[in-house]
Amino acid sequence: METYKLLLKIIMTSVLVNNYVLNKFLGICPFLGVSKKIDQASGMGAAVIFVMLLATAATWPIQTYLLEPNGMGYLQTIVFILVIAALVQFVEIVLKKFLPSLHGSLGVYLPLITTNCAVLGVTINNITDGYNFLQSMVSSLGCGLGFLLAMVIFAGVRERMEEADPPKAFKGIPITLVAASIVSMAFYGFGGFVTSLFGE
Amino acid sequence: MKKIKVFTNGLIKENPVLVLVLGTCPTLAMSVSVINAIAMGLAATAVLICSNAVISLLRKVIPDTVRIPCYIVVIAGFVTLVQMLMEAYLPDLYDMLGVYLALIVVNCIILGRAEMFANKHNVFESALDGLGMGFGFTLALLLMATVREVLGNASFAGMSIGFLQDYKIPILTAPPGGFLVFGCMIALVAYLTRGKAPIKKSFDCEGCPSAAFCRKEGKACGTAETEAK
Repeated sequence: METYKLLLKIIMTSVLVNNYVLNKFLGICPFLGVSKKIDQASGMGAAVIFVMLLATAATWPIQTYLLEPNGMGYLQTIVFILVIAALVQFVEIVLKKFLPSLHGSLGVYLPLITTNCAVLGVTINNITDGYNFLQSMVSSLGCGLGFLLAMVIFAGVRERMEEADPPKAFKGIPITLVAASIVSMAFYGFGGFVTSLFGE
Repeated sequence: MKKIKVFTNGLIKENPVLVLVLGTCPTLAMSVSVINAIAMGLAATAVLICSNAVISLLRKVIPDTVRIPCYIVVIAGFVTLVQMLMEAYLPDLYDMLGVYLALIVVNCIILGRAEMFANKHNVFESALDGLGMGFGFTLALLLMATVREVLGNASFAGMSIGFLQDYKIPILTAPPGGFLVFGCMIALVAYLTRGKAPIKKSFDCEGCPSAAFCRKEGKACGTAETEAK
């Protein structure tokens, strides 16, 4: 029971309270770049969840069973980024060959994610937070879901924003960032609610 | 004269953050306080100078098809170096920067400069470009951090400012404030330069580290969405 409670807490925290995009500012580039349409945003979000889970499944064992026992923890950054980059390329090739329909909907976003800071961030955070394998996977799922949620909500806001007429200097990126600020404010309201639900 | 131009280019005219809008993640996250901003800026500058210089040295050796992974290895190596030095000599700052220090690896500015500048120019110019871009990044971070810390926390670099204490706007130091201040700063730069600076109107492939992967297949990132349908 206690385990499930902890897992639920991890997932709620990473989706709502510590939302990677809106609270920790990781993965801002795809958040602002690929959020013009809702279908695009959800495709990107799904691809991010997929890659985050895969990256965690690969990097957590590497760190725990390969790097740490051999005193090579300092190689974390180099190893993780290379593993993620290689993994994404590999998955793209496999998808293209064996599941072309899935490649059609997810594959196009995969190259964009290789050097995404949210993916590297989640793998490093899982290690720093001292999660075990299951907790790491759940936390990655939560972060991915949080990313998807933020993307879809923001895409909705942006579709409306297209019709607005801001002052000339604010056109383009500035007004998008101001809108992101308001969406982020909504998520800011979740602060503290996980601790009140589950205790410290 | 040309050399000075390479340096000032990154500082003002092509400021990586406010004009090119690269490296948004660390800018938003690390501009909460002035000290954080300076530490982040200098760490990124150090990595940028070293990686630019090394990549420029290796530009004739690295085969074109695998250049991006090579750049990533070089950059990650220097980031690890900075991490280890910081952990040893500045442990407080190391804790404060946390995961964002490791995330310098995926900072678009660094990979972007390697791709756009260092692989076409000689070592000296590349290092100079790294210095200029790094200082431009630090400058933008410092500006944002000043606004956020002074208005949001009534302090500057940890020293409190007495008369502002009653007029704090705490939301500015919270995440929403980061987006808001950043948006307003870019708008201000756009207004002051009145369209003379090449302000980006939207996010595109230019400078995006992933561009090399996408373009490899003969399509730009922008076309990815049409194919998805």
